[in-house]
Amino acid sequence: MENTITLKKQTVENKKYMSTAIPEDPILQLKKVSISYTAGKNAVNNVNADIRKKCITAIMGPSGCGKSTLLRAINRMHELYPDIRISGEILMNNRNILKMNPMEVRRMAGMVFQRPNPFPTMSIYENVLAGYKLNGISLPKKEKDELVETCLTNVGLWNEVKDSLLKKGTFLSGGQQQRLCIARALALKPEVLLMDEPTSALDPIATNRIEELLLQLKNEFTILIVTHNMSQAARISDYSMFMYLGELIEYDKTQNMFTNPKDKRTEEYLNGQFG
Amino acid sequence: MKPMSSLTYRHFKDRLFFWTVCIFSALTAIPLILIIWEVVKKGYKQINLNFFTETAPSTLDAMLARNSGELIPGGIANGITGTLLMVVIASLLAIPTGILGGIYLSEKPKTWFSILIRFLTDLVQGSPSIVIGIIAYSWIVKPLGSYSALAGSIALSIMMLPLIIRSTEETLKMLPGSLKEAGLALGASYTRVILKVLLPSAFGGLFTGILLAISRVMGETAPLMLTALGSSAINWDILKPTSAVPLLIWEFYNDPNLIDMIWSSSLFLLLSILLLNIIAKQVARKWKIQ
Repeated sequence: MENTITLKKQTVENKKYMSTAIPEDPILQLKKVSISYTAGKNAVNNVNADIRKKCITAIMGPSGCGKSTLLRAINRMHELYPDIRISGEILMNNRNILKMNPMEVRRMAGMVFQRPNPFPTMSIYENVLAGYKLNGISLPKKEKDELVETCLTNVGLWNEVKDSLLKKGTFLSGGQQQRLCIARALALKPEVLLMDEPTSALDPIATNRIEELLLQLKNEFTILIVTHNMSQAARISDYSMFMYLGELIEYDKTQNMFTNPKDKRTEEYLNGQFG
Repeated sequence: MKPMSSLTYRHFKDRLFFWTVCIFSALTAIPLILIIWEVVKKGYKQINLNFFTETAPSTLDAMLARNSGELIPGGIANGITGTLLMVVIASLLAIPTGILGGIYLSEKPKTWFSILIRFLTDLVQGSPSIVIGIIAYSWIVKPLGSYSALAGSIALSIMMLPLIIRSTEETLKMLPGSLKEAGLALGASYTRVILKVLLPSAFGGLFTGILLAISRVMGETAPLMLTALGSSAINWDILKPTSAVPLLIWEFYNDPNLIDMIWSSSLFLLLSILLLNIIAKQVARKWKIQ
């Protein structure tokens, strides 16, 4: 009897960690989101969270905790793989994206992947505009030029590549390629930018540039970033989620979570005791 | 315990094995070099401008030329144009079909249908070309009532199809999955991702596969005997019998006066196929998937 009471107490407290974190003005709301690769075994289990507009929210956790899986659900990437099942609701601006046309969702939620993946057959110029080309939207030449310049300037690549816009994107260095991929996602003016460990394949200098870039971009975009790197989350994010074994353990302002983690597992993870 | 054999002995065994491998690999090359040498030696004399612009000579002309010790007049223009005509039509039929089939196999690798298709392409690829000729004969020649370039083209396209399907499938499978995801993540439709991202990225592999398929069917003789039959004049009408370079070689072989032409035609065919293969290799290297 006593046991159940303590358990209940803990769940109440668990909820409390969450409630302090729920930001006002959410652009994304995850409601009871569960995702499974094989039936009966959830890789992401019952995640509830609201994500605030024009902030950087970091998702942390050890390998295999479901953080990438959760991120990829937000632009419906899982549909490529028929075995994956998603339940719950993901609301973007109060519309359930799981019920929308995936093409529309993906244009609202841009994605940057772990490894830079510019289109190898396209020039730098074409790569930035790839979203338009692939959606069959044709822009007047002047508008295209402006868009390419703005997007490349936004990611700090313009000065480096303005004389070689017609070269293939794959000639750039890894860090430049990743910034090109960010520019490509930004060109479509998405509501949310989803980033799946965008700096894990890059060297520290390139990583630093991207982090600076993200801090600038959050003035205009909402960024949700999966990261392995705790110090990265501490440096750039406003809010942090800690996931473990598919559950969202703690979600709070980054500063609160790093100075005063409420769950023991978060504390252990942040202290490097596992992960 | 067995004593270890001495180091010198083991070293000797190693060297012996190595040299055996070398000798046998040289042995496999010798017949190839001899063939090329023979074809070049006997064939180069006949190759001149006339060889490309004139049709095959008659037995009488060839005999007169031979008796007076001159080169045989005439050339293989009817064969070259016929081969060109049939290979182009066969490519037009086989390339789009083969690429679409290859896309299906790489996109849906595990459905029962794709397993069936893969099995059937292996079957067609392994079947003797004369059988394919017989099938084209009964499908096209019999109903149309005449041997024709069209029937020949269809026989050749059936032979090209499995090669193109499989090379497309293999090339597309080599593309990193992140490329497709990158395309879809921009909100593009599936069709556009395939047509504008995946196919252009796979261009090198697709092109190589197509060239190799063409060079494979260019030298086919058996299926053409039953379908295109042959013609002594240049023919561009796809509904009429047409010649082809390998068919001419066969005709020259059957005519003792035209024996010399066998070698020059073979040399021409060999060089064309070699050229296609070299281009294919270059393209594959230049457009390698990153």
